[in-house]
Amino acid sequence: MIEIIDSPFDPHARLADYQRSLQSVGGYGAEASFTGYMRDHNDGERVTGMHLEYYPGMTERHLQSIADEAARRWELLEVLILHRVGDIAVGEAIVLVAAWSAHRADAFEACRFMMEDLKSRAPFWKKEQLDPGERWVQGNTPGYK
Amino acid sequence: MSIQVKFFASLRDELGRDSAEIEDAGDMKVVDIWQQVAGNQPFSGNILAAVNMEYAQADSPVRDGDEVAFFPPVTGG
Repeated sequence: MIEIIDSPFDPHARLADYQRSLQSVGGYGAEASFTGYMRDHNDGERVTGMHLEYYPGMTERHLQSIADEAARRWELLEVLILHRVGDIAVGEAIVLVAAWSAHRADAFEACRFMMEDLKSRAPFWKKEQLDPGERWVQGNTPGYK
Repeated sequence: MSIQVKFFASLRDELGRDSAEIEDAGDMKVVDIWQQVAGNQPFSGNILAAVNMEYAQADSPVRDGDEVAFFPPVTGG
């Protein structure tokens, strides 16, 4: 399941709710998840808030393509991708990605793949509020060192 | 029919508008659309494009009725 969310969400509550709704209980032996949060600093400056823009239609389509590609590459039972848009406060969750599989390797690797593809290809743009001023974030740093 | 063009994020701010409408001149590519909406600004590696909500290249074809979008590198997650 993929979802764009325009208000604060509790990633752990959503993860628990989704897992309870799954019909594949007993089939999965592993669940791997990643949550990204809004930091209060970036590039050496204090950040007081953020606006997250997206491309309605293309963004959902791209997130679905990430989930579909992960399901092709690994043995997955379920995938969940949630992403915030709009005005975001420091400490709030921005993104939740999770994968359920029979074994840990597929869950771990699919989760990482989906997160890295999302960071590098999914159409979202962050504008940071500074004190004073604001700025567009220029680009995401690579996830693999 | 015509070609609908959308701009996002910092690119929208730079161009001063969020959309444009281009008459289809036939045999058009993404870079032709860009030149019509952005004038002299080159279509550089810092500008991404999509046609009908799928990533496209400078030489990807654009047809009457298509939606073309231009935007800066993505920064989600």
